[in-house]
Amino acid sequence: MKKSKLILTLFLCFFKIGAFTFGGGYAMLALLENEFVEKKKWLTKDEFLDMLAIAESTPGPIAINSATFIGYKTAGVLGSTFSTLGVVLPSFIIIFIISLFLDKFLTFTIVANAFRGIQACVVYLIGSTGIKLFKQMEKKALPLTIMSVILACMIIFSLFAIKFSSIVFILITGAIGIVSFYAKHNAKEETK
Amino acid sequence: MILLELFFTFFKIGALTFGGGYAMIPFVREQVLAHGWLTEEELLNMIAVSESTPGPIAVNMATFVGSNEAGILGSILATLGVVLPSFIIILIISALLKNFLKYNGVKAFLSGVRPCVVSLILGTAATLFLSILLGIGNNDFTLNLDILGIIIFAIVVAIATVYKKLKGKKPSPILMIAISACLGMIFYSIPF
Repeated sequence: MKKSKLILTLFLCFFKIGAFTFGGGYAMLALLENEFVEKKKWLTKDEFLDMLAIAESTPGPIAINSATFIGYKTAGVLGSTFSTLGVVLPSFIIIFIISLFLDKFLTFTIVANAFRGIQACVVYLIGSTGIKLFKQMEKKALPLTIMSVILACMIIFSLFAIKFSSIVFILITGAIGIVSFYAKHNAKEETK
Repeated sequence: MILLELFFTFFKIGALTFGGGYAMIPFVREQVLAHGWLTEEELLNMIAVSESTPGPIAVNMATFVGSNEAGILGSILATLGVVLPSFIIILIISALLKNFLKYNGVKAFLSGVRPCVVSLILGTAATLFLSILLGIGNNDFTLNLDILGIIIFAIVVAIATVYKKLKGKKPSPILMIAISACLGMIFYSIPF
């Protein structure tokens, strides 16, 4: 396939995926797999799983990470640029239009009431996602300690209006991960 | 200048949020509240809108906030900001660090960050529950119960639990949002 045609195909594929996946990253993965592993065979199953692991281990939305990765694999830097553009464009257009009307829309009492109901639901959605992730977590001493300490800090800080960036939490816990890894590593070396 | 502020704030969000989707909400929340770009209620509305439209939550949030604060240019820059870090990181990994996941340092860092992300999400749900439904937080401890909100929350939890028992999987977020919107329209419109 000619490169320009390949890039156009990538753009259109990701545009389609970006336009039709509701419910965020993980819902998108099934579509990506179907499109690129099964139909087009541009990626093997193993490459797809590697991509997933990398997307989960790096910052940013999974959709963006996957588009950049698949685009690069298929057609280099230009491929990844157009894939990423394709996956972002549909939601950009939709949300931009919504942003122009949402405030006016909310001045209708009935709509505002609907959104008050929705707010309660969103609290549930966030909570249930947290609980799901907790269930998947390794139940060992260190992760459980990290989790409970940070959770307690977060709730206390917000109750008493203490400003504290959660980015600091990420960096501290990352450092703890590294220290504990090398501490274990050294302990193993010594017993040898 | 607002355009640069939008770009850099969302660049920071894109660069430092691991896990995608709901894992990005704690950071987005912190930043948009700190800048006064959205209130807690507007944020929840936007999460619901994001869930009901295609595309990653962080990207939707960037587009919306950018447009609200500085029109089309603002939304382009904020969206670019949130997308760019993962784009760059994934490009570097796929071009140069093919064995990214095999480095011990990366594994060790993530072993600390994963439980932290779980607690950030759970903590966000807990503080939202306290502030939206119970009316406490930010150094204000007088209960200001949103009884109807609590009832809607309880109904949503009950429906999700029953649905899971019957069908073996959780109902889709869109379905839950639709149900809670109806409940909100009914409950808040009836004068008690």
